[in-house]
Amino acid sequence: MNMVARDTRIESHTIVVAVDNEPGVLARVVGLFAGRGYNVESLTVAETDKAAHTSRITVVTSGTPAVIDQIKAQLGRLIPVHRVVDITTEKPGIEREMALVKVACTGEKRVEAMRVSDIFRARALDTTHSSFVFEITGAQGKIDAYIELMRPLGLVEVSRTGIAAISRGPDPM
Amino acid sequence: MNKQNMADGMEMTGSEMVVRALKDQGVKHIFGYPGGAVLPIYDALFQDNELVHVLVRHEQGAVHAAEGYARSTGKPGVVLVTSGPGATNAVTGLTDALMDSIPLVVITGQVATHLIGNDAFQECDTVGITRPCTKHNWLVRDVNDLARVLHEAFEVATSGRPGPVVVDIPKDVQFKKATYIGPEKVHHRTYRPRVDAEDETIRQAVRMMAAAKRPVFYTGGGIINSGPGASMLLRELAKLTGFPVTSTLMGLGAFPASDPQWLGPIGMHGTYEANLAANRCDLLVALGSRFDDRVTGRVDAFSPGSKKIHLDIDPSQINKNIRVDLPIIADAGRALRAMLRIWKEEKLVPDPALPQWWAQIEQWRGKNSLSFKNSTKVIKPQHAIDRLYALTRGRETYITTEVGQHQMWAMQRFKFDEPNRWMTSGGLGTMGYGLPAAVGVQMAHPDALVIDIAGEASVQMTMQEMSTAVQYDLPIKIFILNNEYMGMVRQWQQLLHGARYSHSYSEALPDFVKLAEAYGAVGLRAETPDELDAKIKEMIEVKRPVLFDVRVDPHENCYPMIPSGAAHDEMILSDGDDEPEVSEEGKMLV
Repeated sequence: MNMVARDTRIESHTIVVAVDNEPGVLARVVGLFAGRGYNVESLTVAETDKAAHTSRITVVTSGTPAVIDQIKAQLGRLIPVHRVVDITTEKPGIEREMALVKVACTGEKRVEAMRVSDIFRARALDTTHSSFVFEITGAQGKIDAYIELMRPLGLVEVSRTGIAAISRGPDPM
Repeated sequence: MNKQNMADGMEMTGSEMVVRALKDQGVKHIFGYPGGAVLPIYDALFQDNELVHVLVRHEQGAVHAAEGYARSTGKPGVVLVTSGPGATNAVTGLTDALMDSIPLVVITGQVATHLIGNDAFQECDTVGITRPCTKHNWLVRDVNDLARVLHEAFEVATSGRPGPVVVDIPKDVQFKKATYIGPEKVHHRTYRPRVDAEDETIRQAVRMMAAAKRPVFYTGGGIINSGPGASMLLRELAKLTGFPVTSTLMGLGAFPASDPQWLGPIGMHGTYEANLAANRCDLLVALGSRFDDRVTGRVDAFSPGSKKIHLDIDPSQINKNIRVDLPIIADAGRALRAMLRIWKEEKLVPDPALPQWWAQIEQWRGKNSLSFKNSTKVIKPQHAIDRLYALTRGRETYITTEVGQHQMWAMQRFKFDEPNRWMTSGGLGTMGYGLPAAVGVQMAHPDALVIDIAGEASVQMTMQEMSTAVQYDLPIKIFILNNEYMGMVRQWQQLLHGARYSHSYSEALPDFVKLAEAYGAVGLRAETPDELDAKIKEMIEVKRPVLFDVRVDPHENCYPMIPSGAAHDEMILSDGDDEPEVSEEGKMLV
């Protein structure tokens, strides 16, 4: 059997991409995913070194192991891309996401929202007599769980940053 | 003291910089079409006496001409077009060049920076539109970046896996002044494609080769792109190992078709022996080829019993379609040189079982899969190509093609012994490629015999470039195998769609002889086999552009053929051969 698609398990991978911060670089990355039919579960991008004009893109994607390999190779082909590192397999890393969560509630629900937020170490950034905006940071699963708990308490809307990732230990990516 | 040092540090306008940079990059010819947003550059060209500009009739023609120029010389092709429709018309050629790894530098004019995003006249988002069909592109908003970007553009287009790049230059940037920098001071900040593999990898590869009992070299366009040296090294390696050689459409000429080790092309319309060898081999050595779907057929049945070595300069090609055992990321020529060195160092010899393998191959070759039933009444397209080949032998001949049956027949029957002599649209399959490509080839090789083997349908897509050929006295020969059908479409409709010939008949064809004359070119026509040779000779002798209308059998099909979704050992060899069983999944494939 030759078929590349031998292994059909769908895996989720977090890939960190160091790029030149030049116009259109994000469009190249996004266009690559759209054009070749790859999934984007989350994507974050920001300049990380102003002097060196480099930005860092963290993309969470899913596919079979062969597709994940193709995604990394295709990213590597883009001219402004310096490095591509798979935080899921190549280097153990830390992944964090931040979310802003708006809840509208009064009475007992309001107390419960405060209590749950306390357990999750979420901070209230904005308060009115009938609402909160909480900030929560953590692994994706923790944020998912927090949002689920907030839903019956009057969840209004959520803004999530997508995942940012970095490798463990003293070395750079 | 060379020119770039003189120009370096000089103050000049953006337009002057474009001309200067092109010359410093060694450019002699550019293909283009003026328009509002490139007028300043055209003005700078007007005042220059060195660059030769070829005025095409449509921007697609400019890009294909530049492709033909690049493929036949190994140098990058250069295109200059205006904004908006100039840029959008170039898109087909850019995509074609990207698929076939052809180095091009395409300069587009853009509306002035303050108008960008305003829906200005002849504005389009050129970098947005061309992002997926270029290797890289730039919009230069600041004249101070222009010289650097132009030099980087050449570096990116020509290094690593070659490809087309676009430099989009707003009109105000063309007028503004800045300090020019020469190419020797410019090196892309981060782009460093890998060109050499580890010795250890190469050593593993040659040991696998020496241990193989049924090996085959499957070579591709990567050998051609690496330069003529790579073709010579391939020949040396083939001689040293005694392995059979097949090639993709793009790789023809890297290994001489007249050599007994040549199996003919692989793939959908490849030879029986090439496809069977690929199917039954125990070691497949892919050299600068990419396991394209036209080559592999059904992937799960492709070369099922072999170990596979894959040499490619582009890491993304590894394991893309076919899982390989040993990837080698390197330039083809450099890796071939290392293979030869290590094979000799280790004093390796091919496995003693190799002659048995050759005996098997000779048996397959005995099928004579390219044979066809000739006729004395009607010109068979295969016969026309055979005669064209026979009557042009010994000349410096360059062949371009359009896309379809005629292209496959040309691939099968025209024997290329040298690289860079064969220009065809492989990956994208662009009808209309061949005529403008011939214009580009003839510009680069004014004394050579340049022939576009064409179909009557394809050639009408870019026919207007005959006017270009006439203007520049380019004696290109357009050899039209006129079967009055989009032949390959008709063939597929016959085999897959119950002979329902939906819109594949070339109705209302022009009289190609009169059309040639209207352009100021020479028109010829052959309707019977007995007049063919004399007309071909006439075509060769006349030193003007020729449209040659060769009326061929309208119903001839191109065989052998591996139907879509089938394996290499499920070939149809001729009409009336077992009716092809094309699965429903197979029909979905193109």
